[in-house]
Amino acid sequence: MTDPLVIFDLLLALSIVALAVASLSVRDLFAMIVLFIVFGLLSALAWVRLSAPDVALAEAAIGTGVTGALLLKTLHHLRFVAGGQGLRAGSGGTSMAPAAPVPVPVPVGVILANAAFCGLITLGLAVAFLGAPSAGPGFDALVADAMPDSGVAHPVTGVLLNFRAYDTLMEVVVLLAAVVAVWQIERGLSDAPAPVMGEVWQGFARLALPAIVVIGTYLLWVGAEAPGGAFQGGAVLAAVGLLLLLTRAYVPRPAHRGIARGAFVLGTAAFALVALLVASGGRVAFEYPLEHAKTLILLIEGMVTLSIAVTLAALFHGREPVALPKGGRDDT
Amino acid sequence: MTPDLIYGLTGIAVFGIGLVGALCVQERLRRVLALKLCSVGAGFVLVVGAWREPPEMPDPVPHALVITGIVVMVSATAVALALIRRLQTLEATDER
Amino acid sequence: MLDLIAAFFIASGTVFFVAGTVGLLRFPDIFCRLHALTKADGLGLALIALGVGLLAGTPGEIFRIALVWSALAVASATCSHLVARYALRSGMEGRDD
Repeated sequence: MTDPLVIFDLLLALSIVALAVASLSVRDLFAMIVLFIVFGLLSALAWVRLSAPDVALAEAAIGTGVTGALLLKTLHHLRFVAGGQGLRAGSGGTSMAPAAPVPVPVPVGVILANAAFCGLITLGLAVAFLGAPSAGPGFDALVADAMPDSGVAHPVTGVLLNFRAYDTLMEVVVLLAAVVAVWQIERGLSDAPAPVMGEVWQGFARLALPAIVVIGTYLLWVGAEAPGGAFQGGAVLAAVGLLLLLTRAYVPRPAHRGIARGAFVLGTAAFALVALLVASGGRVAFEYPLEHAKTLILLIEGMVTLSIAVTLAALFHGREPVALPKGGRDDT
Repeated sequence: MTPDLIYGLTGIAVFGIGLVGALCVQERLRRVLALKLCSVGAGFVLVVGAWREPPEMPDPVPHALVITGIVVMVSATAVALALIRRLQTLEATDER
Repeated sequence: MLDLIAAFFIASGTVFFVAGTVGLLRFPDIFCRLHALTKADGLGLALIALGVGLLAGTPGEIFRIALVWSALAVASATCSHLVARYALRSGMEGRDD
């Protein structure tokens, strides 16, 4: 009650809910994406208030940054496709939704029923949340007891890469599966021409690139004792890929597919290999020997970071680079 | 009034908004976004569950779970968006 | 004393942010809005960073705040340029609403 930050919390919570509503109800799809990005950043701020800086970093970098870039890329593609058929959509920027086949309007009754149903679910969740015992037992004590054996000083990194390493391995596999799926889905799809961004943007990219590399590596390294780690660092490094792709300083060519595939698999392979090596020494799969734990964790994190960065950039680029007749040659 | 109560209810509200959006919205891009809102709402509830009164450290296990969830969600979003791009292109070439 | 100076900087930075936001909401077209936003927010951010930097404990923290400020300044200038450029190219001149 006495804490003045409660007012801040209330305002932040209200604006988060308002932005969620606004991003779903605003007409223009571009505005929707912008509102969503603001929503994600404010959620990250809320998670900082809940003393979860790791999660906030991941949400800001991956959940908002990379997702926002993916959404904008898709919107660009949709507008390109819609503009390509017959009438070019107005003056480019002001064209609203891409000309999808006009959907059959859903009866108001169905919408109302759905909304009522969702409201009931939400109400049930809220009641369950309010009735739940505050501060249940949790895993705090277990993790705190086991931390000296983990090889790192930061609990979240310890949980991610040591105690629950299977989860993280599967997570890297999911990313790998996603990029395989995207390459398959987009096979033979022609790409919307990349927007021309101008000289200021080129200069910005040149200025920002080295800084981003340093920050990404720092985030990876600092993950051992402070908030940060493979996923946050990987997402920041993926921004390098995005900048390179958007400035056309790097144009993916078919010949680079082998390297790209290698980079996609690198994280999973290194992770699995370490697990197998540890297991072959008569231990359980992720029970690192204590004297090597930090080295092994950093090795895995490094490989996984590289893999995540390349995979996220590839997810942004989408289409597998195949030899198209109009293959855009590199001109820098 | 503590942060966990405020943000827990926020998370549930965001989840509900996302659920309504995922069921009632027609545009594909918006529907993907609604599902993403659901995932953020779920993340809120997990992070709140990990929260402890400030002098105490929060529980790291739910934090790790939410980070995993965020990465899985971005993979799912990327695949969904690729499907949308493909679908839209197919429809556009059909009409021509 | 240091706290007071820092509070003064942060408060005046907030005033600039509010002014920029009012400009964003009240000005008629995209170029005026950008004009209000970039200048007011740039100054507001610098003042807030200065205030927070005064409160920071270690040189490392001050360095990081300076880094955040410079990254934000460069990025916001570039973003505003891109928005203005896009608006100009796509013929969004004059009153757009």
